[in-house]
Amino acid sequence: MVEESPMNAQERILARIREALKVPAPKPGSHGHGGHGRDVAPAPVFAFQGRPVQVARSWLPPGGSTPQEHLTRFAAASAELKTDFRCVESEAEAHVQLRQIADSEGWARVASHHSPLTDAATTALARPTLFTDGGYVPDELEVCDVGITTCDVLVAQTGSLVVNSRTSGGRALSVLPPHHVVLARKDQLLGDLTDAFQRIEQLHGTHWPSMISLVTGPSRTGDIERILVLGAHGPKKLTVLMW
Amino acid sequence: MSNAAQQFLEAAGTITRNLRHRGLIQTALRKYEVARDRKKSAFNDWSAARQSAAETKWDAINHLDTYLTEFASKIEARGTKVHWCTTGPEARDTIRGIIKDAKAKCVVKSKAMTAEEIHLNEALEKDGFEVVESDLGEFIVQLRKEPPYHIVFPAMHLTRDEISDLFERELGSAPTREPEELTMIARRALRRKYIQADVGITGANFAIAETGMVSITENEGNARLTSALPRVMVTLLGIEKILPKLEDLALFLPLLATAGAGQTVTGYNTLYGGPRQPGESDGPIEWHVVLLDNRRTELLADPEQRDALHCIRCGACLNVCPIFRNVGGHTYGTTYSGPVGSVITPHLRGMQEWKHLSNASSLCGACTEACPVKIDLHHHLLQNRRNAVGDSPSWIERLAWRAHAFAVNTPALYQFGQEVARIVEPLRLRLQGTPLDPVKSWTRTRDLPPVAPESFKEWWRNRR
Ligand code: SF4
Repeated sequence: MVEESPMNAQERILARIREALKVPAPKPGSHGHGGHGRDVAPAPVFAFQGRPVQVARSWLPPGGSTPQEHLTRFAAASAELKTDFRCVESEAEAHVQLRQIADSEGWARVASHHSPLTDAATTALARPTLFTDGGYVPDELEVCDVGITTCDVLVAQTGSLVVNSRTSGGRALSVLPPHHVVLARKDQLLGDLTDAFQRIEQLHGTHWPSMISLVTGPSRTGDIERILVLGAHGPKKLTVLMW
Repeated sequence: MSNAAQQFLEAAGTITRNLRHRGLIQTALRKYEVARDRKKSAFNDWSAARQSAAETKWDAINHLDTYLTEFASKIEARGTKVHWCTTGPEARDTIRGIIKDAKAKCVVKSKAMTAEEIHLNEALEKDGFEVVESDLGEFIVQLRKEPPYHIVFPAMHLTRDEISDLFERELGSAPTREPEELTMIARRALRRKYIQADVGITGANFAIAETGMVSITENEGNARLTSALPRVMVTLLGIEKILPKLEDLALFLPLLATAGAGQTVTGYNTLYGGPRQPGESDGPIEWHVVLLDNRRTELLADPEQRDALHCIRCGACLNVCPIFRNVGGHTYGTTYSGPVGSVITPHLRGMQEWKHLSNASSLCGACTEACPVKIDLHHHLLQNRRNAVGDSPSWIERLAWRAHAFAVNTPALYQFGQEVARIVEPLRLRLQGTPLDPVKSWTRTRDLPPVAPESFKEWWRNRR
């Protein structure tokens, strides 16, 4: 048994874990081999050398290997997710599209954060803008029609994009307003999640933001009769403008 | 028979006759199956991906002490407070203390099965706090004052009409048949809550040791809002949620989403590494991570079933289980239902009280086949049956087996038995299923094979 008195809760739990782990467990993948005896530790059916996840990449849904394939896959995934993905020729063209969306949806108030891409876009939009950098009043963000942000990377395999709390305007900007617009450059689009996590580690590994979110499509729910509804609590619309 | 077993039988008896329930569940799960199969086929090799996930989780669980220590020290370095709790009441009291210290009035919560496990909401409501469930399904079952029906789809047992009636009664909204409109009613009701709440409570799907982060998977964005606006955040998670490395998520996020809901990846997969950091514009000032043991270490101490701690709570084994599909989630009377619940509940809450769950299985193995981390679920159900008998053998069964062994080892007695059986066979057929039948609980729904008119020995003799 484990002694109770002088240990704090952490030590107590760790001691129980160490005690339990003294008896080794059979490797996974040995279903039905070696009977059901308590002491049998059958050999696994097959096992990986090194870290399995590095090998696993090749078994996951593919992300494509060329930039063109990445684009095609990202577009296909976006269509399925109901993300409005627009790949345009230039930044100027992106601003034209942005103004069109703003007019058709009648944006009165815009929320964004400071960065080269978003500053240029909000200037082009020329509408009252709330910048979240350095703090804001939640009620003011709540009444904005759109949150415009940058992102770290986009993932072709899954149609996802990654925002974080330091360089994409905080935790709420990309999820509280009813429409989330992401501005991105083509070279931010990567093949698969393994690539994406590597890039995130390169970008932030020495100084992590408190939140990193992999966003895949607009907010959704299927909680009522498994019927898809967009905009459960987060944005009803997700637009990705890429050039 | 234990109380829990009695209740299980009664509830199962009622609900299996409820055709409306059956239709609802079959329709929902058929939709799930179609989506899941489509997403599975996008994998280059699904079974190899499962095997590598199983091995990654094996590594994590079999070095749990090392990884947990690494996780805690890294996440604390960014200003997070980590609480280690041995029991449910300890975790509950810890969280009650945090909320009192924060002088909170309103608490907003995103989906957390661990919170169900320790009955957190009841405790907080008793203390006088308003606790609002923000996940749509959880919000619905909270309004109905019942536990979630399924670990992933909490309101799967309800029709849109029932939900509309519920909203009309509880929220005063106009009746509607549109899921879209119903969702918007909940959206409007909850929006103010995120802004008003002082404390946000979340669960977690993974804890990354390498970087000291938790990962939360959701579709609606409610967990993101819960962890963005309130000034204090609490995250409750079981100690088994560990993954060694950040890159492991590249495998686990698609597996979880595909097996659990037939998605490539879930809508939002968010990593949290600390409270608001210097220079950030929002996020909680304080973040408390509560690590819960609650007898998980007992399961860890059983090497045969240790892999049950690999579970990522995707719900796939529930969805494919013929028992779950007929008796539904509430019949189990447990936080975790379906095959995985039947495996772990006896360990978490007592073998003798919950051993009946291992018999609520056809041992078809569909659960094991479906599990994305290859937990040997149906063998574990068999092992639980064996362990339950080993711990507390039933004398009547032992006597019966002794007598059987004696009879089949004594040829004269065996032959005599055959003769008797043949003579009473017509009588037995008459009595079968009637109140006079001594084994009627078996024969009521099953046939006993007829006694052969001649034994093999006789047949052989007559043919020579
Ligand atoms: S046991 Fe496997 S299939 Fe069942 S919920 Fe856990 S991970 Fe999913």
